[in-house]
Amino acid sequence: MNTGIKKVYGYLARFETATALYKAAAKVRDKGFKKWDSYSSFPIHGMDDAMGLGRSKLPFFVFFGGAAGLFTAIALQFGTQVYLYPTVVQAKPANLFTIPAYFPVMFELTVLLSAFTTLFGMLALSQLPRFNHPLFESKQFARATDDGFFIAIEARDPRFNREQTKEFLEEIGGTDVELVEEQL
Amino acid sequence: MASEATTTQPAAADVKRPKLEVLEREELILNNRSLAWITDRICGIVENRMPLLWWLIFIPSALVAMIGVGGGLTYLVSTGVGVWGNNNSLMWGWPIVNFVFWIGIGHAGTLISAILFLTRQNWRTSINRAAEAMTIFAVCCAGIFPAFHVGRVWMAWFLAPIPNANAIWQNFKSPLLWDVFAVSTYFTVSLIFWYIGMVPDLASIRDRAKNKIRKFAYGVLSLGWRGGNRQWRHYEMAYLLLAALSTPLVLSVHTIVSFDFATSVVPGWHTTIFPPYFVAGAIFGGFAMVLTLMIPVRKLFGLEDLITMKHIDNMAKIIAFTGCLVGYAYLMELFIAWYGQNKFEWAAFAKRTGLGEDDAPYAWAYYCMMTCNVLAPQFFWVKWCRQNLWVVMGVAMLVNIGMWFERFVIIVTTLARMWLPGDWQYYHPSPVDIMTFVGTIGMFLALFMLFLRFLPCINIAEVKWTLLSSNVHRDELEHAKEEAGAQSFEAGGQAIGKKQG
Repeated sequence: MNTGIKKVYGYLARFETATALYKAAAKVRDKGFKKWDSYSSFPIHGMDDAMGLGRSKLPFFVFFGGAAGLFTAIALQFGTQVYLYPTVVQAKPANLFTIPAYFPVMFELTVLLSAFTTLFGMLALSQLPRFNHPLFESKQFARATDDGFFIAIEARDPRFNREQTKEFLEEIGGTDVELVEEQL
Repeated sequence: MASEATTTQPAAADVKRPKLEVLEREELILNNRSLAWITDRICGIVENRMPLLWWLIFIPSALVAMIGVGGGLTYLVSTGVGVWGNNNSLMWGWPIVNFVFWIGIGHAGTLISAILFLTRQNWRTSINRAAEAMTIFAVCCAGIFPAFHVGRVWMAWFLAPIPNANAIWQNFKSPLLWDVFAVSTYFTVSLIFWYIGMVPDLASIRDRAKNKIRKFAYGVLSLGWRGGNRQWRHYEMAYLLLAALSTPLVLSVHTIVSFDFATSVVPGWHTTIFPPYFVAGAIFGGFAMVLTLMIPVRKLFGLEDLITMKHIDNMAKIIAFTGCLVGYAYLMELFIAWYGQNKFEWAAFAKRTGLGEDDAPYAWAYYCMMTCNVLAPQFFWVKWCRQNLWVVMGVAMLVNIGMWFERFVIIVTTLARMWLPGDWQYYHPSPVDIMTFVGTIGMFLALFMLFLRFLPCINIAEVKWTLLSSNVHRDELEHAKEEAGAQSFEAGGQAIGKKQG
């Protein structure tokens, strides 16, 4: 629905090379901006430091996913083999000492739940899926997945200023600086 | 990637400053291709019409799949498993041969995407996507056989630990149940790995799309990916974690498949060498299949700058290496059967190989396997053979055949000569057996063709990442080298001066 009202998302600036983007990102970081991001068609090595971002929290969640898988397997196997349906086959008794036979399934379920946590954790942390985004309003932004390198500083950043931010982006080497607006 | 070549002496000595030697990184992408060229070439495959050859492969494969898998299995289900060639002694027969064959094919994909990622072998980026696709399709083909081999396929849900009216639970001490978990986990994790890897590339296709349907379809598939570094950092971590999870997983899958055999008390199967031997064989056969598919693909779509002769050379070397491992396993198995002084074990091998034994009905299969798997890869010691695509293709085909025969030898020759002479039989595949197996080959090829048609067949983002120009410190490095009076060398020892990234 188009209400005709536009809301400013922020400024988008284009950079020629990965190196230029990397150096500009460090300057944006030093200026104290918080609500901004650098866009490229491939992950740039060292960009996390240039943007002042720490290590991803994903492994923390995956650890618990893996642990959940392991405990599921333990519960499933001991529950069914020792309590619900004890059978002595292959001369293996229905008790704790049969644990070596249960290792393969423990391993597989640990890996399976870790992988699911990795997938959904990654999506949650990077706030995906999100099919619409103000940046898609920009024509030149289509190049972000091709050969473009961009920095976008959002209007909700406290340091954002309509004139000064534009000048700042031009000063650090950005070209085609564009005010991206969102249709409400 | 880390080059193994050692430093070379500078050619020119008549310089004042001491020239430092710098070994340049070998370029993985030829002809200084730009980022836009890479996107355009790979997305172009999806956007343009398919060449005639694509149709010539796709239509027959799809027909073969429909008749073979669709028709063969419909006949099987409506009649009974008796239409397969399996009998009382050879209860496994072709279906399990085909299952192990297909599941083995898949391993190269995960090896390339996970193990070569962890060991920082950047040449993997050009081939990992197609190899992962191959993994998934091969596991699909593999899954058909055990599912229908249970006899009453509508009861296959009994494989899953679900509470049922009989209050019966699965036997978790059985390798066959481990196999259910291993194969289904492997399929799921491979699918997740493949899909996560593809999201940024699907976004590339979305952003280039001209028509609405394509924009919508790839828009949904790419989940709204924008390529911001706040996304990339989680993405890269997810990729690393999945690689770390898939590495032991891929080794476990064929290990557990080998447990199906090794934990039995059948002479010829009951050996500790089986897990590493199966894993080496799986990687060996998988790489052969990657080469079989990728050599025509790079020609067909003009991807020679992305999948270079270096990639083919590396894969040929891996085939030579794993071929030697497999050869070692064959010979060690034979040696231990003789040296171990277990007369049943030796009898099994004598009947398998025909060594000092007249009753060896399958010796032809054994020597076929030996020729294809052990002798054929030895060509790859010679550089000329690794550079000649016809030779590479020929050897890869022989390895594909040889790996099928390996599973045939292990399963059929052993079961045909088990403990009781009264059980000894000769196995003949039935027409339905042949139809189903040929059908899975058609299904595999048809799925791979659809993959080429609809999905980016090379990992665009990762290929861009391996370009020399993608290193943000490259100009500083070049500057520092110039300051120090360094001279650059290629791996061959040729002075090259400053390279353009």
